[in-house]
Amino acid sequence: MFKVADTPLDGKVPGGPIAQKWDKHKDNLKLVSPTNKRKYDVIVVGTGLAGGAAAASLGELGYNVKAFCFQDSPRRAHSIAAQGGINAAKNYPNDGDSIWRLFADTVKGGDWRAREGNVYRLAQLSANIIDQCVAQGVPFAREYGGLLGNRTFGGSLVSRTFYAKGQTGQQLLLGAYSSLMRQVGLGKVKMFPRREMVDLIVVDGVARGIVVRDMVTGKFETHTAHAVVLATGGYGNVFYLSTNAKGCNVTAAWRAHRRGAFFGNPCYTQIHPTCIPVSGDYQSKLTLMSESLRNDGRVWVPKKNGDHRSPEQIPEDERDYYLERRYPTYGNMVARDVASRAAKLECDQGRGVGESGLSVYLDFQKAIERDGEPAIRARYGNLFHMYEKITAENPYKVPMRIYPAVHYTMGGLWVDYNLQSSVPGLFVLGEANFSDHGANRLGASALMQGLADGYFIIPYTIGDHLAKNSSKLTKIGDDHPAVKQALADAEGRVRSILKINGSQSVDSIHRQLGTIMWDKCGMARNAAGLKQAQQEIRALRDVFWKDVRVLGSGDVLNQNLEQAGRVADFLEFAELMVIDALHREESCGGHFREEHQTDDNEAKRDDDKFSYAAAWQFTNVGDEPILNKEPLSFENVPFMTRSYK
Amino acid sequence: MAGRGMNLTLKIWRQTSPSAKGEFQTYRLSNVSPDMSFLEMLDVLNEQLIQQGEEPVAFDHDCREGICGMCSLMINGQAHGPDRETTTCQLHMRRFKDGDTIVIEPWRARAFPVLRDLVVDRSAFDRIISVGGFVSINAGNAQDANCLPVPKQNQEKAMDAAACIGCGACVASCKNASASLFVSAKVSQLALLPQGQPEAARRVVKMVAQMDKEGFGSCTNTYECEAACPAGISVSNIARMNREYLKATFLSEEGV
Repeated sequence: MFKVADTPLDGKVPGGPIAQKWDKHKDNLKLVSPTNKRKYDVIVVGTGLAGGAAAASLGELGYNVKAFCFQDSPRRAHSIAAQGGINAAKNYPNDGDSIWRLFADTVKGGDWRAREGNVYRLAQLSANIIDQCVAQGVPFAREYGGLLGNRTFGGSLVSRTFYAKGQTGQQLLLGAYSSLMRQVGLGKVKMFPRREMVDLIVVDGVARGIVVRDMVTGKFETHTAHAVVLATGGYGNVFYLSTNAKGCNVTAAWRAHRRGAFFGNPCYTQIHPTCIPVSGDYQSKLTLMSESLRNDGRVWVPKKNGDHRSPEQIPEDERDYYLERRYPTYGNMVARDVASRAAKLECDQGRGVGESGLSVYLDFQKAIERDGEPAIRARYGNLFHMYEKITAENPYKVPMRIYPAVHYTMGGLWVDYNLQSSVPGLFVLGEANFSDHGANRLGASALMQGLADGYFIIPYTIGDHLAKNSSKLTKIGDDHPAVKQALADAEGRVRSILKINGSQSVDSIHRQLGTIMWDKCGMARNAAGLKQAQQEIRALRDVFWKDVRVLGSGDVLNQNLEQAGRVADFLEFAELMVIDALHREESCGGHFREEHQTDDNEAKRDDDKFSYAAAWQFTNVGDEPILNKEPLSFENVPFMTRSYK
Repeated sequence: MAGRGMNLTLKIWRQTSPSAKGEFQTYRLSNVSPDMSFLEMLDVLNEQLIQQGEEPVAFDHDCREGICGMCSLMINGQAHGPDRETTTCQLHMRRFKDGDTIVIEPWRARAFPVLRDLVVDRSAFDRIISVGGFVSINAGNAQDANCLPVPKQNQEKAMDAAACIGCGACVASCKNASASLFVSAKVSQLALLPQGQPEAARRVVKMVAQMDKEGFGSCTNTYECEAACPAGISVSNIARMNREYLKATFLSEEGV
């Protein structure tokens, strides 16, 4: 199924005590002088929190930045949809928080499968992020004294989450976007919207550019630079239905993988516990209800199997608040993977509610009685409004119905401590990389990571690469063979998709892929199912290349063609995801192998065999990939069985 | 869902390229579930068109949860359709009746040229932001976030203004195609916060000038923008922008 590389992979985490690693490392990184910075071109792909922040910060430093996004404006990136909040170890509430605790919570939340050095740095930088965003004019929630407010998120016993109503991601993204647009106005960043990256240009083993398709004219363009930064988000849409935006895709990351960048831990996917359940087979996406709702909402199912009474008719003593019962310490605020599996278990055992039996209640009645409806409206008004729009039910009166859905992908392109991939000169930030969340991400940590990578890490580490390789990074022209080859490949691919003219729509093939992945590589996985999934993915890939129907031409705006390219890449990527899930013979975080669980259905890790990051190396489509192992050691937060009880 | 399906007639604007002459095409769609979102209804139409060998209708969309601002559409003459404070992606078919005819058009404004079918170019908004919709703070310069208290009511008003999703419904619904609501939301957000003060005068003058340059019309206080805004942005922001503009042009010592 795969080959294993002979030598272990080095994450290049600097030595020394954990609390000093980053500061020491920064002092050792090479610098590029202010006058030389303007001689360097940097490409940033993706303009979400990570990409937007990176493009802005690199522009501020004086680099010539070209920023790309597939949306019509950089402000649309899907970071905008993050609702609940962003963590920071500010300890403003005086409740015992610290950098150390945020670090330890995150390592534990990730089920001891993240790199300690990265996680500590993330916790350290978290405070700077809040400062930066407030200075940009991000209107975080405040108390009457004018100081910042906090709330609690899952997997933590302190209140360290900063928020802007239920629109934190929107406000943070608009902050990064405003900084980015300022640099556009100043001429340091050139913005290329409605461009989709379709290939990476690698010259002598170093990333030197990208191929993009102008989605309005259909023309392919090549852009060369001294370094390339990918911040292109996660691959949750491999499941078809997810909380991701419709446009989210794996193409940029997968194309980079095909050009040599290792893919880290693709099987680590996060299933978020509180999403609005599926309502019909036309469903195009799933909508998240923020984790912050679990601060005031209580999760329950009827105690009796198949109890079809409406929720208000079920008396208190016939309800099972199963999270509060099973996890008294954390209650409704257990980590996401734990809450999701618990919901699945209740539904699988026949206590699920709603027409399909595939949902559980999230009930605000107690909180409304305690704090009054206006207080709940002030905290979650926009979320309740959204819920009512979608379901036509009023959550102030009737409990919400929720079910887990694919939300975030911890896996991504493998990067070292400098956020550099296995292709020198290619840096990967935010959800697109694999680095900080291990096997499960805690709530309010994605925003933190994206902004830490973009504002505070890449500005330092990219300079080191440029300064060390300045003599080798000579100018690459459009006539360079590697540039011409990448362009020809991209053009050929579009031609071959348009030529098929089969009978099945792109969307219908994508839905079939989603069903395979959700059923066999979703919340629970087992060896037999995964092996079958691999066969089914291969068969479906053949169907795509023989029988997909994409109409129109490549010379105009053609959304169907865009989608076809993305689905083609998902069909290659999905197989790697399944191989990774199959090879990891343990349960950890979001990766739950049914063969490896405790008597009370908790995940059972195998630290002796699997305490490593799996970094997969591409060989060829359908051929065995090569597994590179980066050993993970935990000197500061020693291995424990994760427990929220 | 059986039996609840609706039969609809859709009149949709089709235009193959920015320079092509567009026209309405009529399509029939049967068995539409009332629980579908408006965009899912268009997905179903597109699947049907692909099966018939016709090119699907192009429309902008992304998050489908009402926040990214990518979706648009004039639905029966109303930006984002009939529901208040609701984007097209959050509009559900239960709002329509069996047998309805629905007219679907792109945003229409000189500053938003049509690219194809229902897709328009809204990059003018980005250019307006790029001349002043920011606080000039480089990464790494910020002081501790709690050094500067902000009165809760100002923060809340700033948040209400900052909730703008940049979709362009205000422009599309305005008889003058004015972008005043969009521009004023950003001006207000930053005018209400201490962080925005040092550049307040420059900001409002430059953003208003860019708005005019892009070809947006003037505000004549019709307030259609507020009625159409899916993010509930209030026209009181336009009043605040006008005050800021007056302050900047008469009182500012910057000579802007």
